[in-house]
Amino acid sequence: MRPLQLAALYVRLNVMNEVQYRANFFIAAFQSLLSVAVGLAVLALVYSHTVTLNGWTESELLVIVGVQILLSGVVHAAIQPNMERLVDEVRDGKLDFALTKPEDSQLLISLRELRLWQAVDVLSGAIVVAVGVARLKHSIGIGHALGFVALLLLGALLLYCFWLVLATGSFWIVNMWFLSDLFEGVYQTGRWPIGIYPGWLRYSMTYLVPIGFAVTVPAQALTSRLHWTTAVVALAFGAALSLFTRWFWRFGLRRYSGASA
Amino acid sequence: MSATAVRRESSVRSMVDFYATTIRTQIQTQFQYRVALYMYTVGMVTEPVVYLVVWSTIARAHGGTVDGLTPGAFAAYYIVWTLVRMMNIVFTPFGWEWRIREGELSGQLLRPLHPIHYDLASFAGQKIPWLFLYLPIVVALSLIFHPTLDPNALQAVVFVVAIWGAYVIRSLNNFSLGMVTFWTTRVGAIFQVWFLAELLLSGRLLPLQLMPHWTQTLSAWLPFKYTFYFPIEALVGGMSTSSLLVGLGMQLLWTAVGTAVALGMWRLAVRHYSAVGN
Repeated sequence: MRPLQLAALYVRLNVMNEVQYRANFFIAAFQSLLSVAVGLAVLALVYSHTVTLNGWTESELLVIVGVQILLSGVVHAAIQPNMERLVDEVRDGKLDFALTKPEDSQLLISLRELRLWQAVDVLSGAIVVAVGVARLKHSIGIGHALGFVALLLLGALLLYCFWLVLATGSFWIVNMWFLSDLFEGVYQTGRWPIGIYPGWLRYSMTYLVPIGFAVTVPAQALTSRLHWTTAVVALAFGAALSLFTRWFWRFGLRRYSGASA
Repeated sequence: MSATAVRRESSVRSMVDFYATTIRTQIQTQFQYRVALYMYTVGMVTEPVVYLVVWSTIARAHGGTVDGLTPGAFAAYYIVWTLVRMMNIVFTPFGWEWRIREGELSGQLLRPLHPIHYDLASFAGQKIPWLFLYLPIVVALSLIFHPTLDPNALQAVVFVVAIWGAYVIRSLNNFSLGMVTFWTTRVGAIFQVWFLAELLLSGRLLPLQLMPHWTQTLSAWLPFKYTFYFPIEALVGGMSTSSLLVGLGMQLLWTAVGTAVALGMWRLAVRHYSAVGN
């Protein structure tokens, strides 16, 4: 229960901090609108030249675009700010302040920041998903919807693990200014069904950089493409990656020496 | 030699000196952080690879071409794209917020040179180590995607000139854009609109001939296409000699316009500046 209490506490603190800057909501909403507009424009351009892309119709791909925007909201609101702060603090030796607290260090460094307004992408992504689903020919059952939500949570977990593994690299590499660029670049691959990529890229995008599992698999649940084996593999992979991330974090932490040490 | 001629000559020489020194320092600085640079490059190369895969998939599904472009032509377009994009990276307008907030600019204002010279020289210097890191990536991409590329000597020469033209135009435009920061701190949305327009109208997203006609007309009147589409097409597109020269002429025109705007914006903007901390 203690981790949950801690999470609730940090959420409350950060929300109180964020609502001081209400104007930022409108800017975040505008920027979210722009990113939806780009997604739609790209989709329209692609489908002005074709009817299906690797078997995906425009409405089905809209679901993927929606999932990608939704998860990017989760990343920008809750994951990336924490990881960037971690990298900065490792470099400046300020991580001491987190490590000396009597709580689990991984938990603590993952909870400290929350950019509430960035989460508007979660909303606009969900709307895009809903529009995509509404335009599908076949209707989806409650089972599919629940599976979708579960896989979406799993996707968020995978993205968190991936970010934390990257950020843990800062115990070895001091200069990590490229991290956000690297993540944003690689994350753009999630806009498209993973099946269109050539084999080597598809595998590295599924297991090395888990964008495929994070974005495509939930979308598969809504477009009736999901086989139960994929869901099981995704779950097993999520568990394995969480354990690895935990181990890697502790391994990296041993290399940390404070600012003056 | 008259006194003014001597003065002019020495000012040219000190400018050349400044550029040479800044470029040299940047080369050394960049080579220090090879891992960081490579990771950044990996993130950047994903973008064209994604576009390339999407359009090749469509081409193959439609008997091998999209509006006459084969997978090989797409491969050539997007592989040259990576090179042009690398040349295109300039000081980000988002950086001005930091320069102003941290009082970084105060130091630059004391120098006897216009600050744009520093940005132009330092990013030009960074291109050289980047190019070294890029060559293996370009080779790897070519082995994987088999581009059809057969430029003649003139095209190659125009390409080399045009990528520097693209660099200068984009530097000037992003400099002017960065000036907005002097008036308001909420610049993110404005910049995003600009980069969105660039994405769609420059040929960054896809070869412009695949865009609807009205957007092609629109982009002919804007500078964006001379920083992406024109340099790429100069090498891969089989343009005629006259259209190559017209393209270079347009780059020159946009350089002149960009210079005028950048200088004007700077003069207006710097009046709004007050250093932090005093």
